[in-house]
Amino acid sequence: MAKATAEDRLTISDDRTFSDEIGRLSGQNITACYQCGECTGGCPVAYAADLMPNQVMRLIQLGQDESVLKSSMIWLCVGCETCTTRCPRGIELAAVMDALRETSVRLGIAAGEPAIRKFHETFLNSVERGGRVHEVSMLAEYKLRSLNLFSDLFLGAKMFLKGKLALIPKFIKNRREIKRIFGEARRK
Amino acid sequence: MKYAYYPGCSLHSTAKEYDLSTRAVCRELGIELEEIPDWSCCGASSAHSLSRELSIALPLRDLAKAEEMGLDVVTPCAACFNRLKSVVALAKNDPERLQSIVGKFGISYKGSVNVLSLLEAISQLGEEAVKSHVRRELSGLKVASYYGCLLVRPPDVSQFDDPENPKSMDNVMAALGAEPVEWPYKHECCGAGLSLSKPEVAVKLVHDILAMAKRAGANCVATACPLCQGNLDMRQSQVESRYGERIGLPIFYFTQLMGMAFGLPNSSLGFNKLMVNPNRVLAAVGSK
Repeated sequence: MAKATAEDRLTISDDRTFSDEIGRLSGQNITACYQCGECTGGCPVAYAADLMPNQVMRLIQLGQDESVLKSSMIWLCVGCETCTTRCPRGIELAAVMDALRETSVRLGIAAGEPAIRKFHETFLNSVERGGRVHEVSMLAEYKLRSLNLFSDLFLGAKMFLKGKLALIPKFIKNRREIKRIFGEARRK
Repeated sequence: MKYAYYPGCSLHSTAKEYDLSTRAVCRELGIELEEIPDWSCCGASSAHSLSRELSIALPLRDLAKAEEMGLDVVTPCAACFNRLKSVVALAKNDPERLQSIVGKFGISYKGSVNVLSLLEAISQLGEEAVKSHVRRELSGLKVASYYGCLLVRPPDVSQFDDPENPKSMDNVMAALGAEPVEWPYKHECCGAGLSLSKPEVAVKLVHDILAMAKRAGANCVATACPLCQGNLDMRQSQVESRYGERIGLPIFYFTQLMGMAFGLPNSSLGFNKLMVNPNRVLAAVGSK
């Protein structure tokens, strides 16, 4: 496949095309996509996104890394696996979306949906701290980081009254092992 | 039957009633659950969104503990199920990659453990076995069985039920004497993963699903995932005000309905923790 022009491309590596790199990371055959649109037809979040899933696939094939990695689609994807289940070419699109998100973070590209990325980071911070998610401290951190302080306050209060929110986090015993796992995952 | 039990984080907080009713129903059915000692979070959507290696290493730690126990794993949470079962699929499809992660993270795991969703473990008992415990038929309940995404998808991972028209929960509901309604959105995604970070998308998806359940004639919804249940239940009042439609559908865990049909005490089923008040619908049970 012809490489895209230098202006279109972000630096992934010198000897691999963008398509090769995403194919390797996701374990999927990117070139197999023949643009039937089945993935887009079933995607629950496509209506809210800037690129449709089939367009993401085509743009990867064409080496248009910047438009793909900056798109809101890769962050809106909830990983519901409808596309993966229906793709007649056997491409696991949800795995491709994972590879794209990971690549966009690695290259320091601003997320097309910053709040969604912040949420994932906050969630993992909570797991790294205690081994399990503690909703109250995670939500507090997320609200501070996203400056979205007042949404769902009423809902939160109602959940608390129903005994659905524990104020005191329940940490696991072997937090050292969790810290080690997170540390290894950061070491590439 | 004995399993290593992986409740997942939600069942210790927002979904306590799922944990309670799971334990009560399994006790009744003779399914023994031994909680995995010191289990940790599976990483959920956030791990696989940011680090594919982390998304394998976190569930791997839990599966290694289950392997030490010599038991297969049962988990009631569809999202945990997907993450844990993904490692089972990796062990089968790409053992080399799994071994490289086992090596890098220094977790000892041979790959002998299978993972089942709670719905699958109960389905394996068969409808007759479930029926034999029913003391009070749930006639009058028109249940939209809601499977969501990850209980049955992707089929290579879940290895359970039909990914486009699952029936297992409908069959359990029928065995309880309830009437499962036919509806086309039983496996549509509710967007729970975006419920906090992009609530307007989640509210739209919840609306589409609940409006369809109503159109199909349901008077309640049964779920098998704490994220689906939380999203459909907690966002329902926002759906009603945004779309100007009355929905009023109680969102149960399927285990709560099983417990009710088995005649288990309400205190062990946690109906009082549901956001949409279920009393009107529950009062109609048995009226036909």
